[in-house]
Parts: sequence; structure tokens; C-alpha cells
Amino acid sequence: MTSALGALGRPVLQAIAAVGRVALFAGAILWHMLRPPFYLRELGHALLQIGWYSLPVVGLTAIFTGGALALQIYAGGSRFNAESVVPSIVAIGMTRELGPVLGGLMVAARVASSIAAEIGTMKVTEQIDALVTLSTNPLKYLAVPRVVAATLSMPVLVATGDAIGIMGGWLVGITRLDFNSAAYLKNTADFLQGWDVGSGLVKGAVFGFIVALMGSYHGMNSARGAQGVGAATKAAVVSASVLILAANYVLTEVFFSS
Amino acid sequence: MIALRDVHKRFGDNRVLQGVTLEIASGTSMVIIGGSGTGKSVLLKCILGLVRPDQGTITLEGQDVTGGDHDAFLARFGMLFQGGALFDSLRVWENVAFRLLRGPKALPKPEAREVAIEKLRRVGLKPATADLFPAELSGGMQKRVGLARAIAASPEIIFFDEPTTGLDPIMAGVINELIREIVVEMGATAMTITHDMSSVRAIADSVAMLHGGVIRWTGPVSELDATPDPFVQQFIHGRADGPIESIR
Repeated sequence: MTSALGALGRPVLQAIAAVGRVALFAGAILWHMLRPPFYLRELGHALLQIGWYSLPVVGLTAIFTGGALALQIYAGGSRFNAESVVPSIVAIGMTRELGPVLGGLMVAARVASSIAAEIGTMKVTEQIDALVTLSTNPLKYLAVPRVVAATLSMPVLVATGDAIGIMGGWLVGITRLDFNSAAYLKNTADFLQGWDVGSGLVKGAVFGFIVALMGSYHGMNSARGAQGVGAATKAAVVSASVLILAANYVLTEVFFSS
Repeated sequence: MIALRDVHKRFGDNRVLQGVTLEIASGTSMVIIGGSGTGKSVLLKCILGLVRPDQGTITLEGQDVTGGDHDAFLARFGMLFQGGALFDSLRVWENVAFRLLRGPKALPKPEAREVAIEKLRRVGLKPATADLFPAELSGGMQKRVGLARAIAASPEIIFFDEPTTGLDPIMAGVINELIREIVVEMGATAMTITHDMSSVRAIADSVAMLHGGVIRWTGPVSELDATPDPFVQQFIHGRADGPIESIR
């Protein structure tokens, strides 16, 4: 009985300790964000890597998702003669949910893995120790620029993904579902509200923070060797993805439950 | 002077340092020898504050290294890492001038680049190397760049972690000579950890042997060969038989 409770308790305690470590890490990053020195060159580099180079993957994800969404809503709506809701539901679905969540997941796969692998490799090759001996705080130099860049980039990526996703729905609507182009666009514009887009952008910023935070955390805590870096990379992607989905639920509850 | 008193460090059940006491006089070159996994790197990282000792004190000129402004403390050090530890994303000159470009006494970029090129020249690298990335260099060249970075800000104390590991004997000899020349020229205090006996003879004023978590023997390099200590004798002659277990 005691050993069974011990076996149950150990992973629970480990999980609580891990949450505590991540929370402390996030707190340290927020603290360092506000205190000089600020590494603007590293921030610019991170904006390019995380924001600009993620545009193709986010755009491609969005256009196919928007198109598939239009087909599904049309198929479902036609069961009760509600085919006309396709433009508005595609727009709302993309801006509130699919744009930020799928964008976040794609960026998690692309960016969290890359950050964890890069920082993890730096750790195992003593580059992090070298930074310390050169009087440079590794958290401030490596993690903060990446977290700031991801937090700033993700809303832009989400907005771009929203526009491309809606365009995907429109393209499928006018070519496959016999919608009138002008009517489709008017319907989209009439039903879409500012907060539909705004809530998605806020979600994007939160997801960006999560992605870079988990990438940096697992990279900084990478174990030795190729296996250690591989495990850190995997843990970064998995934890960022799960946290994005969990945060999405919480934010949706906060924004829309009333 | 760097002084260590009864320094202990353990990782889980592995008691790596079990009471290290050692003094390194200013302006001298001390080499720490010992087998792989005996805690030489841990000892060095304890002095730099990269690893916190569980027990004991480490002082630099009488000041506890764990107290005070750690950045100012580290500014007195230069360090050559075993694998070079060059930053892949930066060009060679930016690696060398890393410290010079940052902090309250940061130099303007052109001036820092000039200093970096001068330091590269000092370690036998051409100015054209400055604009390459570390991945474009051979192992020996990376070590030299690491050495140039270690001396770039003219530190008072320089640490060398296995400076010749992975290099061919000729390149190892070149690096050893460079280290000796630079240390004498700068008047710096040097601490080197190695198990390469040719490095010991080329670099050291004094030698300390770390074994079993403690300093087993210490003395001038001139007395190394004559010491009757069986641990030192086994180590410096590379014998398989002796008090040091070959399976650790």
C-alpha cells in the first residue's frame, strides 16, 4: 500500500516541481526583459528567424485549413439549409480559433524545436559556460530575445494566417461551392467583429511566449550529448503544444464564456 | 593569489571533490594533472562560480569569490575551453572581441575589431580569418581563436581547460608554446588542467595532482620526476599497474 502510494506520489511531486521550475524560469525571463542590457541585434535576428521565416509554414497551413473549413461548413450547413453561413463561420473560426491555434502549433514545431536544439547544443559544447565567463547572462542573451521576438511575431503571423485562411475559404467558396465573390466577401465583412480578430491576436502573443519559453527552458536544461539535446528538443515541442492547447481553452473560457 | 580551502563537491552519490586545498601564487603557472573524471574541470568551474561548492572557501586576493560583483570578478579572468566553445553564430573576430563589445567599458566596433585582429595575429592566425565563422576552421585554428578570446581583454588570470586535447602533436606543441609565451608576456596567473605530460612540462611552474577528490601531490615542475609519490609516478609514466585503478 505504502509503495503504491509512493509510486503514485513520486510523479505527482516531480510534475509539481517541474511546473515550479518553469514558473521560476518564466519569472526570471520577465524580470530580465525589463532590465538592461538589451541585446537588440539578437532580438532582430530572432525576429527574422521566428517571425519572417515562419510565414510560409503558417500561410500554407492557413490556406488549406480555410479551404477545408469552407467545405465542411458547407456540407454541415446544407443539412438544414444554412449554406449561406459559410463565409461568416470560416471567418470567425479562423480568427478566433484555427488561425491562432494551428499557427501556434506549427510555430511550436518549427521554433520550439529549433530554440531547444540550438541552446541545448550550446550547453553541451560549453558555449553557455563561455558566456558566463565573458560576464554575459545566458538567460538575458539567449532566452530573452527569443521570447520577446516570439511574443511580438506571433500576433503578426496569426493576423497573416487569418487573412490567408479567409482567402482560402473564399477561393473554395467561389470555385467549388458556387458562391458569388462579392457576396462572400460582404458576408465575411458584415459578420466579423473586431474582438474576433483581437482575441486571436492576444492568443497568438500568449502562444508565442509559450513556444519560446519552452524552447529556451528545455534547451537550458538539456542533458549531455546528442541524446540529451534530442530529448530536450522533443520535450520542448510536446510541452509547448500541450500548453498551447491548454492555454487556448483557458483564454477561450475567459474571452467568450459569458 | 587564488586559494582553495577544503573544497567539497558532490553530484548525487558521486563525491567528486572531497576537500581540495590548494594555493596558486600570482603571476605563476599552475598545472593540475589527474586522470579523466577526477574532477579537474569541476575544480576550475568552482573557482569561476559556474559550479557552487558544497563546502569550503575559494578566495582571490583574500576576497571570497562567491561574494561581491560577480561580473567584475569574471572580468579579471580569461578562459580557454576544451572544445573552444566558440559561438557558432558569430564571426571569428566577434568571438574574440565578445567581451570588448559589451559592458560599461565597451569599445566601438572598429576598435574592437582591430584589437581582435591583433590578438588573432598574436596566436598565429592571419587577419583574413577574422571574417570566417568557427565552423569554417580546423580544430587547431579553433583552439587558437579560443586562446585569442581568452587573452583579448588582457585578463589577470587565465584558465586553460585541456588546451591540447584532440590536437596532433605538432599543433599541441604550438599551442603549448603560445600559452607559455602569452602567460610570461602578460604576467598573468595561469591555471591549466590537463593529462598531457608534454603540456605540463611546457607550461607549468608548479604542478598539483588531483586524485580521489583531494590534491595528492603539489610542487615545482622541476621536482615532478623525482617525487617518490607512487600515484604521481604511475600517472606521469602512464603505467597501467600501480595504485591508480585503471577502471574508474
